[in-house]
Amino acid sequence: MLSPLHKQLLNNYQQDFPLSPTPYRDIADQLGVSEDEVLAAFQVLAEQQLISRIGPVIAPNAIGSSALVAMAVSEADLAWVAELVSSYPEVNHNYERENRFNLWFVLIADNEAHLHSVLADIEARSGYSTMLLPMLADYFINLGFELNLHD
Amino acid sequence: MIDAIDFQLIAAVQAGLPIAARPYAAIAAQLALSEREVIDRLLSLKAQGLIKRWGVVVKHRQLGYRANAMIVMDIPDERVAALGRQISQLSFVNLCYQRPRQGETWPYNLYCMIHGKSRERVMQQWAALQQSCGLTGVAFEVLFSRRCFKQRGALYRQAGQPQLEASHG
Repeated sequence: MLSPLHKQLLNNYQQDFPLSPTPYRDIADQLGVSEDEVLAAFQVLAEQQLISRIGPVIAPNAIGSSALVAMAVSEADLAWVAELVSSYPEVNHNYERENRFNLWFVLIADNEAHLHSVLADIEARSGYSTMLLPMLADYFINLGFELNLHD
Repeated sequence: MIDAIDFQLIAAVQAGLPIAARPYAAIAAQLALSEREVIDRLLSLKAQGLIKRWGVVVKHRQLGYRANAMIVMDIPDERVAALGRQISQLSFVNLCYQRPRQGETWPYNLYCMIHGKSRERVMQQWAALQQSCGLTGVAFEVLFSRRCFKQRGALYRQAGQPQLEASHG
């Protein structure tokens, strides 16, 4: 299970991980533990697949072109169509959702033309049409997840 | 503006910072830069807003957040920006975006995500959101996620361009 240190590392450093030569030591100093304990705790979080990485979240469309895409796929075809969609390296997230439009994924490409060519390819190979939903405005302010420390 | 070295740097840190005492020095060594330059460039990319955040990216499903709803709403165009900002301030909302309507097929233009540990809690939070934002009478749909086929994978990389990740959840 997660120790209090694990939870502090998960909660406190989603926004502002130190950009200094010794970030793990800085965190250790802030939390009153040793640098080795912080390094070991991050190793555990990575090994247990609780964090995907320590790194950047890039602003949407700041580089390249991305969009949300939805498809309405029959229940019988959903598994193989989902697998087909996931097989594209340009596809980042791919979820089944409870709706007539039941397959939702995020496409990230170098540019608009590349994005459209991937969509055309998916349509041709799956036989289903796609609904392209690019972002018009991003209002999101509250980034990250907060874990209940008492769970 | 970002230059070719920024591109290489973003590509190098995309997979994540090493868990080691001098992680920025390790990145710098890969790119034949100084540790200081790596840090300064990352600070600058963050200040420019190209890096939206720099930190621990958690895997929410593994942390118990498995009741995840994308809620889509049909909001009058003149209200969408103000409402989007208002919704984003709520602590339980993880994302909020405006996207184009698709005629009658899909009349929704505002999207938000609520990640929760139970459906009941998420629906309570959605009800609270509707009330506090004055959304009575607004058409909406709640799309809970079922299966996750891919949360993140090898991302596109061509002609030296970096891999990218959008944060749509």
